Amino acid sequence: MAGGVSRRIFLKSLGTSAVTAAALGADTVSQGLAQANAERAQGPGAVAVAFTVNGEKRTLMVEPRVTLLEALRGNLGLTGAKEACDRATCGACTVLLNDTPVYACSMLAIEAQGAAITTIEGLARDGKLTALQQAMVEQDGLQCGFCSPGMVMVLTALLRKNPHPTEAEVRRAIAGNLCRCGSYPRIVAATLAASGQKPVTQLNVISLHDHALA
Amino acid sequence: MPWPKETKFLGKETPRVEGPAKVSGRAKYTGDVAPAGVLYGAIFRSKWPAARVKSVNLAKARIAPGIKAAILARDGEFDVRYYGDEIAALAGTSKQAVLDALALIEVSAEPRAFVVKEVDALKTDAPTVVAGRANLTEGAAKETGDVEAAFAASAAVVETRVSTPIQVHHPMETHGHTVQWDGEELSAWSSTQGVFACRDSFAKSLNVAQNRVRVRCEHMGGGFGSKFTPGAEGVLCARLARAAGAPVKLMLTRFEEGLAVGNRPSSFQKLKLGADADGKLTAFEIYSFGTPGHTAGANTGGGSGGASFPAPYLYKPAATRVKQGSVAVNAGQSCAFRAPGHPVASVGMEAVLDDLAVKLGMDPVEIRVKNDPFDVRRREYAIGAEQFGWKQKYRKPGTMAGAVKTGVGCAGAAWMSGGKGTQAEIQVNADGTVEVRVGTQDLGTGSRTVVQVVAAEMLGLGLDRLTVRIGDSRLPPSGSSGGSQTTAAVSPAVFDACENVVAELKKLSGIEDPRGENWQAACAKIGNLPLQVRGKWREGLSTGGAGGVQFAEVEVDTETGFVKVKKLLVVQDCGLVVNKLTCESQINGGVIMGLGYALYEQRVMDARTGFVLNPTLENYKLPGAADMPEIEILLIDMPERGVIGVGEPCTVPTAAAIANAVANAIGVRVPDLPLTPDRVLAALGQVPKGTADTVRRPGAWVDGRASVAAAPVAPWVERNGGGQAYR
Repeated sequence: MAGGVSRRIFLKSLGTSAVTAAALGADTVSQGLAQANAERAQGPGAVAVAFTVNGEKRTLMVEPRVTLLEALRGNLGLTGAKEACDRATCGACTVLLNDTPVYACSMLAIEAQGAAITTIEGLARDGKLTALQQAMVEQDGLQCGFCSPGMVMVLTALLRKNPHPTEAEVRRAIAGNLCRCGSYPRIVAATLAASGQKPVTQLNVISLHDHALA
Repeated sequence: MPWPKETKFLGKETPRVEGPAKVSGRAKYTGDVAPAGVLYGAIFRSKWPAARVKSVNLAKARIAPGIKAAILARDGEFDVRYYGDEIAALAGTSKQAVLDALALIEVSAEPRAFVVKEVDALKTDAPTVVAGRANLTEGAAKETGDVEAAFAASAAVVETRVSTPIQVHHPMETHGHTVQWDGEELSAWSSTQGVFACRDSFAKSLNVAQNRVRVRCEHMGGGFGSKFTPGAEGVLCARLARAAGAPVKLMLTRFEEGLAVGNRPSSFQKLKLGADADGKLTAFEIYSFGTPGHTAGANTGGGSGGASFPAPYLYKPAATRVKQGSVAVNAGQSCAFRAPGHPVASVGMEAVLDDLAVKLGMDPVEIRVKNDPFDVRRREYAIGAEQFGWKQKYRKPGTMAGAVKTGVGCAGAAWMSGGKGTQAEIQVNADGTVEVRVGTQDLGTGSRTVVQVVAAEMLGLGLDRLTVRIGDSRLPPSGSSGGSQTTAAVSPAVFDACENVVAELKKLSGIEDPRGENWQAACAKIGNLPLQVRGKWREGLSTGGAGGVQFAEVEVDTETGFVKVKKLLVVQDCGLVVNKLTCESQINGGVIMGLGYALYEQRVMDARTGFVLNPTLENYKLPGAADMPEIEILLIDMPERGVIGVGEPCTVPTAAAIANAVANAIGVRVPDLPLTPDRVLAALGQVPKGTADTVRRPGAWVDGRASVAAAPVAPWVERNGGGQAYR
């Protein structure tokens, strides 16, 4: 399993997942299928998983059915990534897997074998927030904050690839993240601010006394 | 108002105190708390929408690997009334161990007939949801004035039907608790909107003294009205922890969130409104019913039991007849949901008012300004109409050419808010630093920052000198965060405590004004033990009674039925603004939630299985970033009114304004929310008969309603089998 290509990853790569397609390196679908079918099944008992988390090598024993999110939160105590939908819909669990955002709730820990994982805890260096994190605070790109770790991860990945995104590109980047408090306008504003663009606020405070009834 | 006129922090933009912790993953929510040896807890729920449970066998689950506690939710024989009702609970050393053991629980039960759709539950042969009690509960019709005479004398009368769906709260953080016992003392980390209410509810449910229960909520991921009590899950979590002799964490799954922890009741409304030739409202009539879940009418002594709402909403015709009912179905119970009743009321009232304006040939803004009794809201309409460009944008309904049509609509809100009873404590240290303590909680509204802003302003200190402690039932008491009351309750208490601090410091240091630049010198006189001073809520600093109006511009594709909201303009009064930044966020949030209510959100039940078909976020559609319209907010500054909460009024009129804009665009009303493409097409007559959603199809529920022989709905059911004629 050293190559880190499981049947599940292979099947996922048949869809639109760029990361797994890149990691796969298989020339054709039939080659990939043959490779995946040749794998030995793992579990059901705990198996060893090794990956890098925020630059640190970590090895843990987990049942193959344990998700990457459960391993990060439960085994490694990294509770920044949140479980909110557990169905790859809301994005609160987003982490970077080799620099690409993934839903940690819908990936098994063993699928991340050998990968470099960055969690929300790995962004700030020596307690200093990144420009995006700072902008999220200053522009109030959060309310309850439960979606924030996922939003920050996905937007961090966006800004690394595209340092000056348009508003439409920011919206597209967070299309896989939900915020029930409705912070989207401020999250977009924060991202634009972090990329050196002027954020928009649509709030004006006016005095009633200046407006007589027509 | 004694609030200062010139301010440094009050009414300015102050980023959230906890912002850095939240964007860096350091903020600990309930599910992130992990006391040593914490066990994973989970609930075993009914797979039957209705059944008599005879016995539950936990023996096999109890001895499964890793299981440390297995308990029954209820003893003896009992009824389960919805798919998801609690039966038992387990705690074990891992999620996997518990999931395996849940499958070993054996239940002996007699499944019963069930009904999950409101209209089906009204039928005379419908299964009864609660044995021995009729599904439908109706209050007596309430009348003022001579309704028949007033309608007869009206220049124009219209009738409108609307329905609104069950909306589910779905906070990003699910409901849950982590509970640890130390002998007879209970410590809970709870995702709650009220640490004190939660404490008292734990104490009562578990028969523990109140002084032996501590509830903490450092950060919580939203509640929107659904997290006032520990809930069944909190009590089961505490019982599991007691049985296991170890701390237990029990966070619900998203799936459970969609079944069992509350929702906004549905409504089916039939409204009639009359006006004189000038557009002055003369008469109003409504019949409505909806479902609050499996227990309708239990808590109101013959009233409408949770599915009622204010009527007539906002406007005050002299003659009114109001009859509201509530019908039980086999589904999860409703509870408070952001501005309970008001968005439901607004959708019906603002629809019938617009339909009346159309009949009279009046402008919708004009008819509102003419009839709205609240001066502030009338002015907000005038301000908003100008900013929105209403006169340029409004045209007669359905008169736009082409397949994609734009339309505009507006609606108003009322909310009582207010807030009292909070206490605050301020500790001043000799080094000049200050800790402010209030036992409130921050749902994401920014209440922690409100405490900081008020204290910094009143003590003349920089924000960096202040720490704020909230979210703990050992702090000075504060009420639950509901009814938009938190800011209005907390700010005066902190204000009062600051005044007391200044007085104490003055006495102690001899410095006439110890605030601001004199602070350090004054604090140097404090001595070895810190100065600790209390304050409490008092009159004259905050109030209630917010208005607010909203304008919507939509684009409707008449070929696909797709509705796109282009712009929402909010004109909102909220008295003295404490923090512009968090205030804007609250309003954005309310508007976006209203947009979801208008276009996307609805709990869907399967009539054949009794299951909730969309308890997950891929099927229950929340608004996303791509759905965002331009949102513009005009905040009406009225400092003379004091602090007023804003979290709820801002969500009230959004759906009504959008629905009115859609009607304006296409020239017919889409009566059922959410305004999904199929319903828009059905309203346009573009869907072949019999293929549209039959239960909520326009008119269908009324036919069903009219067939209920036993229900005393005369004298104003339709004649001639569902026609429009009132007598």
